[in-house]
Amino acid sequence: MSNDKIIEVKDLKKHFRIKSEGATESTSLLKAVDGITFDVLEGEILGVVGESGCGKSTMGKTVLRLYDKTEGEVLYRGEDLFAKSEVQMKEMTRKMQMIFQDPYSSLNPRKKVAKIIGQSLDIHKIGTSAERLDRVKYLMEEVGLNPKFRSRYPHQFSGGQRQRIGIARSLALQPEFIVCDEAVSALDVSVQAQILNLLLDLQERHSFTYMFIAHDLGVVEFISTRILVMYLGRIVEIATKEELVNRHVHPYTKALFIASPVVSPRDRKEGKHLFQGDVPSPINPPSGCHFHPRCPYAVEKCKHAYPPLKEISPGHSAACWVVQNDI
Amino acid sequence: MNQHEKETLLSIEDLNFSFTTQRGIVRAVRDLSINIKKGETLTLVGESGCGKSVTAHAINQLNPMPPGHVDSGKIVFNGTDLLTLKKSEIEALRGTQISMIFQEPMTALNPVFTVGSQIADVFLTHQDMTKQEAMEKAVELFRLVKIPAPERRVHSYPHQLSGGMRQRAMIAMALASPNPGLMIADEPTTALDVTIQAQILDLLQDLKQHIEMSILLITHDMGVVAEMADRVVVMYAGRKVEEADADSIFHNPHHPYTLGLLNSLPSNKKYKGARRLEAIDGTVPDLLTIGEGCPFANRCVYQTGECSRSFPKETIISESHSVWCHNYQAVKTENRQ
Ligand SMILES: Nc1ncnc2c1ncn2[C@@H]1O[C@H](COP(=O)(O)OP(=O)(O)OP(=O)(O)O)[C@@H](O)[C@H]1O
Ligand SMILES: Nc1ncnc2c1ncn2[C@@H]1O[C@H](COP(=O)(O)OP(=O)(O)OP(=O)(O)O)[C@@H](O)[C@H]1O
Ligand SMILES: [Mg+2]
Ligand SMILES: [Mg+2]
Repeated sequence: MSNDKIIEVKDLKKHFRIKSEGATESTSLLKAVDGITFDVLEGEILGVVGESGCGKSTMGKTVLRLYDKTEGEVLYRGEDLFAKSEVQMKEMTRKMQMIFQDPYSSLNPRKKVAKIIGQSLDIHKIGTSAERLDRVKYLMEEVGLNPKFRSRYPHQFSGGQRQRIGIARSLALQPEFIVCDEAVSALDVSVQAQILNLLLDLQERHSFTYMFIAHDLGVVEFISTRILVMYLGRIVEIATKEELVNRHVHPYTKALFIASPVVSPRDRKEGKHLFQGDVPSPINPPSGCHFHPRCPYAVEKCKHAYPPLKEISPGHSAACWVVQNDI
Repeated sequence: MNQHEKETLLSIEDLNFSFTTQRGIVRAVRDLSINIKKGETLTLVGESGCGKSVTAHAINQLNPMPPGHVDSGKIVFNGTDLLTLKKSEIEALRGTQISMIFQEPMTALNPVFTVGSQIADVFLTHQDMTKQEAMEKAVELFRLVKIPAPERRVHSYPHQLSGGMRQRAMIAMALASPNPGLMIADEPTTALDVTIQAQILDLLQDLKQHIEMSILLITHDMGVVAEMADRVVVMYAGRKVEEADADSIFHNPHHPYTLGLLNSLPSNKKYKGARRLEAIDGTVPDLLTIGEGCPFANRCVYQTGECSRSFPKETIISESHSVWCHNYQAVKTENRQ
C-alpha cells in the first residue's frame, strides 16, 4: 500500500427529496449523506460500517458518480469526477466498479450469464467477439464458476454463485477501484469464506483498491486495512484497522463493538448495555451531534453543536466533543 | 443440566420430506429427529439449501403440498401429531401457540394492507379488543422492535419500508400472538445491523424468560448461535450431522462440516493477522442425484471409502452430544488443542 490517494472525497453531500408520508403534496429532504470527507489510498481496503440506513450504499454510489451529488467534491487521482463529460465518465467506469448489495435484483433475469459478465466489454467494444468470450470464460474461472455454465440464466444459480456473477461482471474491465457493498452479507459462512479469499487473491494479483461496506464486524475486521464508521450520514470515526478495533473512542463505535455478537457461548454477557432511545431518521435528524439522544456520555454542548471530525492521534480521527475534550 | 428434566414441547421424529419436481424428486429433509424442550432455544444451522426452512415449515404445514410431501415421520407438539391435523386445526394453533418469523418478510406481509393493520388483525382474531386498541398495540410492538417513528410507520405499506424495517415489522407480527409456546424464527436478523440485531435477540431472550417460550432459531450466523443457543443441530444436505449443547459445538466439534463452519468464520481467533481464511472447498451436492452415502463426503478431508456407501449411524459422545460421521475419531484427534 502506498500513500497515493486514489480517491479524495471532500464535504460530499447527497440529499434525496422525498414525499412526506401521509401528505401527498409536500416533500421533505432526506440527508442520506451529509458532508463527509475522507481519502482512499491506493491498494488499501477501506472498511465501512454503520447502522442500517446511515447512508453507506448512498455514499458508495455517489463516490462512483452512480448518483449525482448534492454538494461537495470527489477527486479521482486529483481530477474532479463530477466535472467530467459523459464520454469521459464512460471511460472512468473502466477504472471504477461496484459490487451491488443485492445479487438477486442487480442481475438481469432475462440475460444469460455470459452476456451479463461481458456487458461492459460489449459496451466498450473491447476486442473481437471471440476475444470477449475468452475473457468471460477467464473471468468465470477466476471467480470459481464453471465456464460451461455461461449459457445459463441467473435464477439457475445459487445465491453464492449469483454473488460471484456480480463480482465477475465488476472485474471484466480490470477496474482499479471497487466498491463492495455488502458483497458477502447474504451468504452462508462457507461460501462467504470462499468469496473473501477470492477478493484478497484478486487484490494481490491486480493490486486493486476496495471500499468494503458490511455490517458484520468480524468480516470487516478481517479484510480491511482501515475502517470508517458512519452514523446518520456522517463519519464519526476513522482509523487504521488495528487502531479502530483496539482503541476506538466514539460512543457509537463503542456501542457497535459491544453489540457485535460473541464468538463463543462462553463469552455471553447478561444485559449488554445497549443504547436506549428511538432510532433517529435522516429526514429529521436530532440537533447537535446526531448521536446525542442515544449517547450515555452526552453533555449540554452535544445537543447544540455538531462536533467536527478531528484527529485525536496520528491517522485516527473522531467526531465527538467529549473525546476531543472540548466541553 | 435441568434441561433434561424439562418436558418436551416439540419432537420431530424421523421426518422425511421431499418435493416432486420436473427434474426428479428432491429429498429436502431426511431421517430428521429434533427435540425441543419447554423454555429451550434450539438453533438449526447449516449451509444454504440444507433443509432448514423446509423443516420449519413442515411443523406448521406451510410447505406447498404438492409438490411437497411428507414421506414418513411424526411431528408431535404438546402430545398431538401435527401432521395428522386438519388445515383448520393447524391454523388455530398458528398465531396462538406457534408463532413464526419468516425468512422472507415479503412472503408473510400482504402488500395491499398497511403493516399496522396486519398486526392489528392478529390481535382482533385472537383477542377481544376494539380496532383502536389493536392499532395501539401494533404501535407498541413497532416501538418494541425499534422501528423509528412507530406511530407513522404503522401506516406504511410493506414496500415503503427498508429491508431491515420489513423484517422488524414481521417480528412485531409474530409477537402479536397471545401466548406462543413455540416461536419459530427463520433467519430473523439477517438484514439487520449488529446494534438492532442485538436488541432483537435481547427481546427474544426476554420473552423466553417471561412466558416460558421455546425458540426454534434458524440462522447461518454463528455469532447469533453463540449468543442464543442452548442446543445446536447442524444440518447438511437434508441430514442432521451433529447435535450438541452450544458449548460443545463451539469448543469440541466432532463433525468435519461443523469444524469447517467454525474455521470459515473471519472472527475466529486464529485469523488474527492472517490474510486468508480456511474455506471448505467445493460445493453442496445436487439433492436430486444424492445417494445413500454421507452428503458431505465429496468435500470432506477425512473422507474414506465407507463414506460414499452409507450414511453413518449416531455416535453418542456424551449425554448432550451426538455426531453422525464414520471418521469422527480422526476429526477429534486432529483437533484436540
Ligand atoms: N433512491 C433513494 N430515494 C430516497 N431515499 C433513499 C434512496 N436511496 C436511499 N435512500 C434513503 O437514504 C438513507 C440511506 O440509505 P442507504 O441505502 O445509503 O443506507 P445503508 O447505510 O446502505 O443501509 P443498509 O445497511 O440497510 O444497506 C435511508 O434513509 C434510505 O431510506
Ligand atoms: N417448492 C419447492 N420445490 C422444489 N424444491 C424445493 C422447494 N422448496 C425448497 N426446495 C428445495 O429444498 C431444499 C431445502 O430448502 P430450504 O429452503 O429448506 O433450505 P434452507 O436450509 O432454508 O436454505 P437457506 O439458508 O438458503 O434459507 C433446497 O434444495 C431447495 O431447493
Ligand atoms: Mg446499503
Ligand atoms: Mg431458509
